[in-house]
Parts: sequence; C-alpha cells; structure tokens
Amino acid sequence: MHLHDDKIKELEEKANLIRQSLIESLMAAGSGHTAGPLGMADVFTAFYFHILNHDPKNPDMEDRDRLILSNGHIVPIRYAAMAHAGYFPVEELQTLRKFGTRLQGHPERNKLPGVESTSGPLGSGLGQAAGIAYGARMDGKKFRTYCLMSDGEHDTGNIWESAMFAGKNKLSNLTGLIDRNNIQIDGVTEDIMPLESLRDKYEAFNWHVIDVDGHNFEAIVDAVEQAKAIFEKPTLIIAHTIPGKGIPEIEFDYRWHGNPPGKGPEDVFKKEKQGEEMLKRLRTLEGKIRSEHE
Amino acid sequence: MINPKAKLVENLFDKDRMEFLPTRDGFGKGLVEAGEKDERIVVLCADLSESTRSQWFKDKFPERYIQLGVAEQNMATVASGLANYGKIPFISSYAAFSPGRNNEQIRTTICINNVPVKIAGAHAGISVGPDGATHQALEDAGLMRMLPNMTVLVPCDAVEAKKATLAAAQLPGPVYIRFGREKSAIVTTEDTPFEVGKAQVFRQGKDATIISAGMLVYNALLAAEELSKEGIEATVINSPSLKPFDVETITESAKKTGAVVSVEEHQIVGGLGSAVAETLAQNHPVPQEFIGVHDRFGESGEPDELLEAFGMGVGSIKEAVKKVMKRKK
Repeated sequence: MHLHDDKIKELEEKANLIRQSLIESLMAAGSGHTAGPLGMADVFTAFYFHILNHDPKNPDMEDRDRLILSNGHIVPIRYAAMAHAGYFPVEELQTLRKFGTRLQGHPERNKLPGVESTSGPLGSGLGQAAGIAYGARMDGKKFRTYCLMSDGEHDTGNIWESAMFAGKNKLSNLTGLIDRNNIQIDGVTEDIMPLESLRDKYEAFNWHVIDVDGHNFEAIVDAVEQAKAIFEKPTLIIAHTIPGKGIPEIEFDYRWHGNPPGKGPEDVFKKEKQGEEMLKRLRTLEGKIRSEHE
Repeated sequence: MINPKAKLVENLFDKDRMEFLPTRDGFGKGLVEAGEKDERIVVLCADLSESTRSQWFKDKFPERYIQLGVAEQNMATVASGLANYGKIPFISSYAAFSPGRNNEQIRTTICINNVPVKIAGAHAGISVGPDGATHQALEDAGLMRMLPNMTVLVPCDAVEAKKATLAAAQLPGPVYIRFGREKSAIVTTEDTPFEVGKAQVFRQGKDATIISAGMLVYNALLAAEELSKEGIEATVINSPSLKPFDVETITESAKKTGAVVSVEEHQIVGGLGSAVAETLAQNHPVPQEFIGVHDRFGESGEPDELLEAFGMGVGSIKEAVKKVMKRKK
C-alpha cells in the first residue's frame, strides 16, 4: 500500500482542513489543548484516511481495526479527523466540551460511536489495546489494534507494565505509536523525567521499534506496513512530531500544551487574535499562499 | 427463630458438626463452573494464583488463563481491553492491591467504559491475620460501592461465594466480589435463595435487626442465638449485595424492630453500615449501631484474636444490640 504522490497531496490537504476544524472547535470550547493535537494531525489523518480498516457509517463493524487513544487530552484532533471521515457532521465539532455533547473533554467509549475507549488519566491505553489484541488472537481474528500514546505518559508505571505484557505475549497484532514531541505540561520531557532511550527500552521489552518523521505520510504508512510484516513481536512506532505543527509561531513551545487559542501566551499573538491568526496561518499554508478568506 | 425459607444448614449452632471453608474456595469452584458454561470467560492473575484459587481455573482452562505478574494496574487495563473486545474477564488478587492499588484504572477503564470485568478481591478484612495492616483491606467494598456502574457482592460463606461468582459472570457490567482468607462457617445451602440486589432474612425476631455481610454473618447468628437465651429476639439479615442494595427488606425490618445493628469486617465509613444508614435515613430512620473497624488500620495477630480486639466478635455484637435497643423511643 505504497502511497502515490496524489494520495500524499490529498492527505496533506485533508490534514490542513482537520487542523482548521481543530482550531475552530477549541475556539468554541474555550478550553483544551492546542500543541499536542496540532502535532498529531498528520498521524490521525493517515490513520483515518488510509491505514484503518473501518466504516464511519458502521462504527461497530465486527472486524474493524481498533484505534485506542491513550493520551485522551489530544482527543479534539481525533474528533476533527472522525468528523471529516464521516462519523458525524463537522458542525458538531462546535459542541466540543459543552454540556450535553458527545464530544467530551476527554473521550468516552459510551458517548460517541467510534471512540473505542475512555481515556484521560495517562498510561492506561496500552494495556487496553494489549487486552483487545490478546482477545482477538485467542479467537483467530485478523484485525489490528493500534495504540496512540504520548511521550509524557511514559512517566507512568502502568504503561511499562503493559509494554512488558505485550512483549511477553508477542502480540504482533498490536502496534503502538508514541507522539514524540518532547513536551509535557510542566516543560520538556527530558527535564521533567528523562525518557530516553525509548527505543532501547522498548527493544529490551521485546518490541520491534521504528523511528519516523511524524509529519511524513509516506514514512508513517511504511512503518505501519512494516509492523504487519513483523511476527513474534509487537511494533512500536516512535513518531517524531512538532508540537503546534502548522502554526510556525507556536511550534515547539510547551506553553501551548494545555491552552486553547485565546488563552495562550501573548508574546506572539494577542489573546483575542490567537484563534484568528492560527486559522490564517493554516488557510494560507503558513503564509505561502493567499487565502480565499483574505 | 431461624427463617425456614432461608434453607440454612442444620446444626447451625453445633460447631462440631459445622463445615468450615474459606469463601475464596467458593470463588475457585464458581470460576471453573462459569468457565464450563461460557467460553468467553477468561481469568487474569497477578502472581497469586494459588491463594486466590484462580489456579483451579488455570488447571482446567490453561488457554484462557492469563498471568500478568505483580502488576495490578496493568491487570485492570488488560481486562478492560479483553472485555471491550468481547471476553468476560475475572481479575483476581488480594483486595489490598486490587482494587486497592488499581482504583483509578478500575474507575476509568472498567467503570466509565462500563465493560464486564469481574474483580475478585481476596484476603479482604482484618481476618487475614498475621500479614498485618498492609494486607488487611478494609476500604475495598466502600471504594467499589462509590463507583457508578459497579455491582458489589460480599458473600457470607463458600457456598454463597460460588453463587455470587456465577451470578457475576452473567451480569452485563462490572462487578466487585469480596472474599476472605480464613475458613469460615458454611451457613447456607445450595437451596438458600441468592439474587443480586436482594437480602435474605436468616432469622426472625421482633426486638432489633442485625444486618451483616461476609463471614461475620455467622457471628451475627451466634449473637442472636445467645441473645435469645436472655429474652431478646433479633432479626438477622444477610445482605451479600452491597450494591444494588435491598432497600425494601432492610426498611421493612427496621419498621418492625425499630433498631438496627450493622456488622461488617470493613471500615464503618463507606461499607455496609453506611449503606444501611443511607437507606434508613431516607426511608425509615431508626437508631443504628455500627460494628466494624472504626477509622484505624489493622495489625498482626490471629484472625479470631483480631476480630475480638477490633470489636467484631459475638460479644461486641450482643452489646451493640442491647445498646441500640435502649436508644429506641
């Protein structure tokens, strides 16, 4: 399933639309995270528009691939990708975090069809994904289980217990993906609690590890394809991403981890202009083209 | 007098002719039977297969037994995933560790997800004995009772424990079942009614109601029998279903007797006594005395010795009945 240039261009355009929807939904919500979701826009686009065997009109399809999101706080980007994939109307993104919404601040399995599990408290997604993969293998099922994780949640013990379990049981139908953006709420991961070498650690736990540029669709898809060819081991994809990707002024800035547009640091954009400026950057492809909105 | 409808064992007060088994044995037997009936059942263990009796399931169904090592948090999350996929997982450990250590994983990945994971907390209560405070879970039932979607069962003996295990396997949502380590009196029979959400009147009396769950039900019966010799007739209710709680049976009994003593091997905050007080406060307030652990940790000792020292022995229950009767208006 090698990507053709046309497909790559299509995915890039889709990811840009999804980023815009993300910013719009965060502006409407008035709270939530910005940097992490922007950084994972390309990965989610790759999954929902190329990798996953799924049916947005039949979210409970029996042998669908399972996509478990462990770091629930970046769910707004999952919602935006799901809406564009056809799970629900794009307009519903405006209800993010509001009373009565299906788009809870952190995702809930029983609120929105297509959300496979509840997450928010960090470190518990990989175990759930491993449980699904284990059960599926018992029954000879062929679908694959993916678990998207943050780097910061690798501070938790639970996730390493799960990594050990998946390695022991050689869950080759399980693929983990770490959003390696090097930031967490209080700062840079290697200052807060050094994680490196993530590769060596996972390899020591009997995983196959692949590093990729998390904004390169070809690399992401190739890594997922490679994982399917690895037997006797689960695979970990370390996706190196840029927090805030798509909006140059906030890229790499950990202060945007937990703030929505309108509530972030003011040294680049005034608070009341933050959402508008971000959308402008996205609509003009970081200022490279004129926007129809201008 | 003993309620004939409860179909309790004969010779209830002849200790030489009573049978004593740990409730965890009932769990072990129930697991095997549940596994025979339903192929979806899988059993997870965190390095305590023999003492939780999950070993019996492993011997019969090794392909459906999953060893996770000393990792209770992971056990909860893996079970959540298995249940999410379509299995019915039982997770077993000591109550001090599960739900003690993995409370958040149970809350988020089992209860909010609302998946049918069954949590077996073994070695609960102070009667674990010599192991001391760290291993004497006295908060577990309260922790689990507070969680939406969770059913909480505290069987009184090994026979009821097996029934509770089989019932848990069939419920569509999460269940916590509490088991003890020590051998305890078998008071019920196969014919004793058991239903999730129902309490049973084991003994009928007009002067006070003793309501209990777990192995202390037998102490409650012994206390009632001794009180009878002093002219006090107590009702004894076995309430294995802490949640859902049988509001009707407890309220009816409180109306008849006008005084209640709750008896549990648990902190009095959050457990059976709290459930009784919440129920009566809303439906029919009467004086209540609380037998249980009063805001302290346990310590090493022999089980019977500890139950006496912590005020959960037969004598303490009798005193509580007399005290609560004096408080009647």
